[in-house]
Amino acid sequence: MTNLLTQPVGVSHYMAVGAVMFVCGIVCMATKRNALGVLMGIELVLNGANINFIAFGSAYLQKDSAMSLGLDGQLIALFVIVLAAAEAAVALAIALNFYNNHHSIDVDRADELKG
Amino acid sequence: MEDLAATLPMLLMGAWLLPLVSFALIVFLGPSMGKAGIKAGYLATAAIGTSFLLSMAALVLWLNGHGSELGTSHHGQTTYYTGQWYSLMEIGNLKLTIGYYIDSLTIGMFCMVTLIATCIHFYAQGYMHDELHEFTDPEITTSDGGKFTRPGRYHRFFQYMSLFCFSMLGVVISGNLAMTFVFWELVGICSYFLIGFYIERKSACNAANKAFIVNRIGDFGMLIGMMAIWASLGTFNFGDEQDATGQVLRNEQGDVANPGIFSHVRSEKNHYALKVPAGMAMLAGGDGDHDGDHDGHHEDEEGAQQAEHHDHDTASSGGSAPAGYYLLIVAGLGIFCGCVGKSAQFPLHTWLPDAMEGPTPVSALVHSATMVAAGVFLVGRFYPVFAPEVLLVIASVGCVTLFMAATIAITATDIKRVLAYSTVSQLGYMMLALGVGGWMAGMFHLLTHAFFKSLLFMCSGSVIHAVHTNDMTEMGGLRKKMPYTAITMLIGCLAISGAGIPFLIGFSGFHSKDAIIAQALNFAQANDNPLFSIFYYVAAIGAAITAFYMFRLWYMTFAGKPRNQERYDHAHESPKVMYVPLIVLAVFAVGVGWPIPGPSVTNLLEQARPAGTVATETGAVLTGLTYPNEHHAHPIPAGDTHATDAERKRADAIHTEANLVAFSTALAGFLLATMFYGLRKIDPTDVRQQFARTYRFLINKWWFDELYDAIFVRPVLVLAKMISWNDRTVLDGIVDGSVRTVKLVSRIDNLIDRLLVDGLVNLIARWTYDIGASLRSVQSGKLSWYVMAIVVGTVTLFVMASFVLRI
Repeated sequence: MTNLLTQPVGVSHYMAVGAVMFVCGIVCMATKRNALGVLMGIELVLNGANINFIAFGSAYLQKDSAMSLGLDGQLIALFVIVLAAAEAAVALAIALNFYNNHHSIDVDRADELKG
Repeated sequence: MEDLAATLPMLLMGAWLLPLVSFALIVFLGPSMGKAGIKAGYLATAAIGTSFLLSMAALVLWLNGHGSELGTSHHGQTTYYTGQWYSLMEIGNLKLTIGYYIDSLTIGMFCMVTLIATCIHFYAQGYMHDELHEFTDPEITTSDGGKFTRPGRYHRFFQYMSLFCFSMLGVVISGNLAMTFVFWELVGICSYFLIGFYIERKSACNAANKAFIVNRIGDFGMLIGMMAIWASLGTFNFGDEQDATGQVLRNEQGDVANPGIFSHVRSEKNHYALKVPAGMAMLAGGDGDHDGDHDGHHEDEEGAQQAEHHDHDTASSGGSAPAGYYLLIVAGLGIFCGCVGKSAQFPLHTWLPDAMEGPTPVSALVHSATMVAAGVFLVGRFYPVFAPEVLLVIASVGCVTLFMAATIAITATDIKRVLAYSTVSQLGYMMLALGVGGWMAGMFHLLTHAFFKSLLFMCSGSVIHAVHTNDMTEMGGLRKKMPYTAITMLIGCLAISGAGIPFLIGFSGFHSKDAIIAQALNFAQANDNPLFSIFYYVAAIGAAITAFYMFRLWYMTFAGKPRNQERYDHAHESPKVMYVPLIVLAVFAVGVGWPIPGPSVTNLLEQARPAGTVATETGAVLTGLTYPNEHHAHPIPAGDTHATDAERKRADAIHTEANLVAFSTALAGFLLATMFYGLRKIDPTDVRQQFARTYRFLINKWWFDELYDAIFVRPVLVLAKMISWNDRTVLDGIVDGSVRTVKLVSRIDNLIDRLLVDGLVNLIARWTYDIGASLRSVQSGKLSWYVMAIVVGTVTLFVMASFVLRI
C-alpha cells in the first residue's frame, strides 16, 4: 500500500478530495435542519462526484487518445453543474414557498405528507 | 203491405230495445235513482209497459193488413217480413247480422211476453219492497250465529229483469240462427243472475250454477246443429231475402234469389214438402243434383241411374233415406238439444225446480213467458227443418218429461216446486204436441200456459209474501185472509187443468190441451204402430195428474183449517200493486184461448204456420212413421174443399173423443184431489203408507239428482281428486324438489363465494393494508432520516456486494 502523502499528485489524490467532499456533503445533508444548509450539502455531494469524474477523465488514464477527445469526464461534470444549477433553482423556489407557508425553512417541520 | 214492411220492424225494434235502454240506464244510474233505487223499478216498468203498447200497435197494424187472411187455412207460403238492421261482420260467406223475422207468431209472442213481463214488473215492485232498505236475509245465519244483513238490491233486480226481457224479445224477433243463439245465451246468463239473486245463500248459488251448466250441455248440441246447417246451407237466415216492400227477391228464372234455411228445406218448387237440401246431400257425399229440372235434362244420358236418384228424392215411400238425410236429422236434433236444455226437458230438466231459489217474480217470468218458452218457441220456429224422425224424438222426450214431472208434482210440498214441476210437465205437453205434428197446438199451449203459469207463480208469490214460507203443510184456510189471491189462483188452477164445457167453451188451458190431445189421437190413429198410441194415453193421463196436483195445491193452501195458526194470523192480502196484475192475468188465463171468429189466438198462430207442415208426411228412415194433417184433428170448416167426406167424419170423431177425454180426465183428477184434500174423505197419509215405495220414488224426484250425482258429479269429483292428488304430490313434489335442490346448490355456492372468493380478496386487501401500514413509519418526513437511510442502504449494498456476493 503506497502512502498517498509521499506520492506526487495523481488521480488518487483527486479521488481522496472528492470522497472527503462527498462525505462532508452527506453529513451536512443529514445533520442540517435549515433547508439552505441541506442545499449546500447537496452542492458538496454533487461537486465531490464532479471531482471524481474529472479525475477519471484526466490524461493519465487515457491510454489510447486517438480513439477519443479525452474529455468524457469533463463533459459529464459540466452536465452535473448544469443539473445542479437547475436543481438549486427549483429547490430554492420550494424553500421560498415553504417559508411563505410556514414562516420557517426547518425541513423537519415539512412532514405533512408523512405516511 | 208496403207500409207494414217498414213500420212493423220499427215498432218491434222499439219494443225490443226499450228494455235494453232501461237496463243501461239502471246499470249506470241505478243506485242514484231515488231512495234505494226505487225509481229503477218505475223506469223498468215504464220501459216494458211501452214495449207492450208498441207490440199491441204492431198487432193492430198486422190485423189491419193481414186480418182478412185470418181463419182461412193456407197451404202456401207463410206471410212474414224479414230483413237485417245491422251487419256485425262478413267473413267469406259467413254473414253475422242483427235481423228480424216477423210473422204473426213473432207478434203474438211479443204481445204475450211484454204483457206478462209488464204485469210481473208491477207485481215485483210490491214483492221486492224488502230490498228497498237494509235487507236481513232470514235464511242465512252468519258464522257467529247472528243475522246476515246487507244493503237492498232493488235496482239491480230491475236491471236484470230489463235485460231478461230484452234478451227474450231478441230471441223472438231474431231473423237468423246466429242471432238467436246470441240472445239464447243472453237469456241463459240473465236467468243465472236472477236465480242467484240471493247470492249469499249457498242453495241459490248452486241453483244458478246448475241452471247455467245444464243449459250449456244443451247449447253444445245446438252448436252442432248450427254447424251442420251452416256447413251445408251456407246461411243462417230463417226467411228468404226480401226487398224493402216485403216481397221475396227473385232471380230471372223466378226462383228465390237468396233462400233462407226454411226455403232450403221446404222449397217453393217442391210445394213446401220436406226435401234434403242440395247442400246437405253434397256434404254427405251424394250428388247435390236433386233438383227436379236437372233430373229432366240428364234423363237421356243416364236414365236408369237418374231414375234411381229420383226415387231417392221422393224417398218417403222408398224406404232408404236420401243422401244427406242424416245430416238433416243431426241438424234438427242439434237444435232440439238446445231447446231441451232451455225448456227443461228430460234429461236436462233438473235445473228448473232448483231455479225456484230466485225471487218469485223471477220464477214467474222464467217459467212462463221467457226462458223456458224460448226453447219451445225455437222448436216452433225451426219446425220446417225437423224431419219426421226428429219430431218423433221430440215427442218421446216431451212424453217422458210430461209424465215424470207430473208424478213428481203430486208429492212435492213446496208450493213453488209443485208449480215448477207443473211447468216442466206442461213444457213436456208442448214438446209432445210439436212432436206429434201439432205445431199450432204446441204454440197455442205455449201462449196459454204462459198466462196461467205466470198467474199461478205470482199467486204463490203472494201467498209466500203473506205467510213467509214455501211449505204448503204450514198453510191452509188462507182464502178468508187473501180473497183476491185465492180466486185468481183458483182461476189459474182451472185454466191449467183445462176446465171447460165440452164442445163449447172453457178456460184457455181447455182449448190448448184439447188441441194437443186431439192431435196426439190423430197421430195415434194415422200410425198402425200401437207404440205411438202411448203419446195419446200419456197426454190424457197427464191431464188427470195435472188437475190432481193443481187442486191439491189449491186445497192445501186456501181450503180447510189453518195448519199453522201463527202463520195464519200473520197472513194478509197483498198490496194492490201485487193483486191487480193477478186479476189482469186471470182475465187472460180465462179468455185467451177462446175460439172467437176472426182475430183469435188460434187463427193468428195458424197464419204463422210454417209452409208445408199441414201436409201428411212420412219418415224416410222410419218408414212406418206418418204425420197426419193437424187440421184433420178438428172439425174441418165447410169452406175447405181439399178435405174428403171421410176425412171430415174422422176429424169430427177425433174432436169429439179428444174433447171428452180431456174433460173427463181433468174432472177425474179434480174429483180425486177433492176427495183427498178438499173433503178429506181419504187420508193422504194412508195412501202414502200404502204405496211407501212409490212415494219415496216420487218425493225423491225419481232419483234424478242422485242419479246425475252418481253418474256425472261423483266421477268428476273422483277424477278431480285424483288429478288434485297428482298435482299435489307428483307435480308439486317435482317442483318442490327442484326448489329444494336449487336452494341447496345456492347455499353451497353462497358458502364458496363468501369463504373462498371473498376470503381471497379480503386476504389480499388485508395484506396490502398491513404492508402499507407498516411502511408508513418509513415515510417520516424527516429529511435527515432519509439521507441516513440512503447512506446506510448504499453502504449495506456495497458491503453485501463486496463481501457476500463477492462481485
